[in-house]
Amino acid sequence: MSIAAVQNSKRVNHIRKSRADRIFDAVIYTAAGLMTLVALYPMYFILIASISDPNLVAKGDVLLIPRGISLEGYSYLLSMGNLWTGYGNTILYTLAGTAIMLAVNIPVAYALSRKDLAGRGFFTFFFIFPMFFGGGLIPTFIILNNTFNLLDTFLVMVLPFSVISYYIVVARTFFQSSLPAELWDAAQIDGCGNLRYFFRIVLPLSKAILAVIALWAAVGHWNSYFNAMIYLRTPERFPLQLVMRNILINNEMAATAMTGSAAAELNRKANLIKYGAIVVSSLPIMTMYPFVQKYFNQGVMIGALKG
Amino acid sequence: MQRAGTLRRTSVLNRIGRNWGLYLLMLPAMVIFMCFTYLPMYGVIIAFKDFKPALGIWGSPWAGVKYFERYFSSYMFANTITNTLVISLYTIAVTFPLPILLALMCNQMYARKFKKFFQVSTYLPHFISTVVMCGMIIMFLSPSSGVIPKICALAGIETGDLMGNAGAFSGIYVWTEAWQHVGWDSIMYIAALSAVDPQLYEAAEVDGASKWQKILAIDIPMLVPTMITLFILRCGSILGVGFEKVYLLQNDLNISNSEIISTYLYKMGLKSNQYSYSAAIGLFNNAVNFIILILVNLFARKVSDTSLF
Repeated sequence: MSIAAVQNSKRVNHIRKSRADRIFDAVIYTAAGLMTLVALYPMYFILIASISDPNLVAKGDVLLIPRGISLEGYSYLLSMGNLWTGYGNTILYTLAGTAIMLAVNIPVAYALSRKDLAGRGFFTFFFIFPMFFGGGLIPTFIILNNTFNLLDTFLVMVLPFSVISYYIVVARTFFQSSLPAELWDAAQIDGCGNLRYFFRIVLPLSKAILAVIALWAAVGHWNSYFNAMIYLRTPERFPLQLVMRNILINNEMAATAMTGSAAAELNRKANLIKYGAIVVSSLPIMTMYPFVQKYFNQGVMIGALKG
Repeated sequence: MQRAGTLRRTSVLNRIGRNWGLYLLMLPAMVIFMCFTYLPMYGVIIAFKDFKPALGIWGSPWAGVKYFERYFSSYMFANTITNTLVISLYTIAVTFPLPILLALMCNQMYARKFKKFFQVSTYLPHFISTVVMCGMIIMFLSPSSGVIPKICALAGIETGDLMGNAGAFSGIYVWTEAWQHVGWDSIMYIAALSAVDPQLYEAAEVDGASKWQKILAIDIPMLVPTMITLFILRCGSILGVGFEKVYLLQNDLNISNSEIISTYLYKMGLKSNQYSYSAAIGLFNNAVNFIILILVNLFARKVSDTSLF
């Protein structure tokens, strides 16, 4: 949003709007209001349903405000060991995975942004081609399993899929547009080598792109279940999303050991527990997002510039 | 000639030597990519072999195109291709134009606080994980306790068991996809619109253009290059409908309309251990995607100035 655009918007307000333009505005604001409601309501509903009486929710009596407030869903969640193990695992995978992604992708992006890199075309192709073609699920599984023995390890969750072509493209565009070539020339004259230049000058000047990539990577790790489903076997290593899949989709709530009234009681609470689990698993990202959203947007916009 | 050749070679070596640090910076990512991305591309040859884990990829006996023939002649071929295409084309038809509409709307809003709130709230669903999203869909549509059948009942509409209704599957998939990502996908268009020179609007106003006319004459033409780029990318994954969401939404009742190529190959490969058969399906899928991408890109370069490469 440039200053000129703001001035422009003020100026428009001074001109008396035509009838057609007033109708146009009314339509736009109404549509936008409705869309905001549609976007937010399902999330709001989950929140109120997670603290309401499950019977009232099932009957459709809880639509706008919570009723028959109870925290039994959340208190049951506290007793679900696998959920919290999953939570801990996800935090671990997210921290390690994000660190590795930054460590491998950012240096490549910088190197590819340098016009004097011999073989630049080849290396660019090498890093971008997998965006459009790949070996596919089964060959990848066989290589990871049979060649590298990575099945059911911590490493498989953070290392094999850490090079992301899209991150490289976005960061490369950032470096190309934000680091003047003269800076490298000057540093070189002072006897600064490539590595020192990258760590001492490029990285401190590129906090914005580091933040963007770190946030993308962190959200990606937090939300993914696919790799865990394919490559993990031991339940103690499962990340949060895989535990959530068992709760939400497969309806596994440790009810197998229970019989009779206990099982019936759990069944009654099942939805309450699910709503609560959704809140608990999504809370970190949802609460963090409004504060860091400008970084996400920045990243998409940098990516939109063609490099 | 000889001398010029040596000279050039030494200068290339010289350039590599001077920038050895840059190659060192790329080394970790190159090793990772070689091992876990390019090696599997070589591993794709098991689609043409009878893969036996004990013999390894190279040692397994060749099988020709037998696994491709098996897929093409199986009854699942038509089923998976149709389902994949229906879901894919329906998704493009809905989720390609909607973000453009959203960006155009957003660009017309001058109430800054409301605009900001509108943007943040429409972006927010993008950050819900696929698992949670599918859990929400299943719970919200449940005929006994779901909120959507309840709301529809208030309006006098009988929904029945939507998740058990095979005909409803693609609609559910596509419209929830739209709900989740439309706001996020509009960011690129909003960025493109914010780059419009305000003088264009002023000139149009002087000429007496209405808001509607300004959208048609200024905003939409500004968005065309972005549209083309994103459209090419979308076409490049026509057969690449996301595995994750479809797999979680599948059940025995809707499987006839929800078995897509990627879920089928997952079940064949990792559940029934038919590695070679599954790799053949995967290779077929990736090759078709790649060819479509190249063709659409070629076409876009012919008819406009915009293309990916």
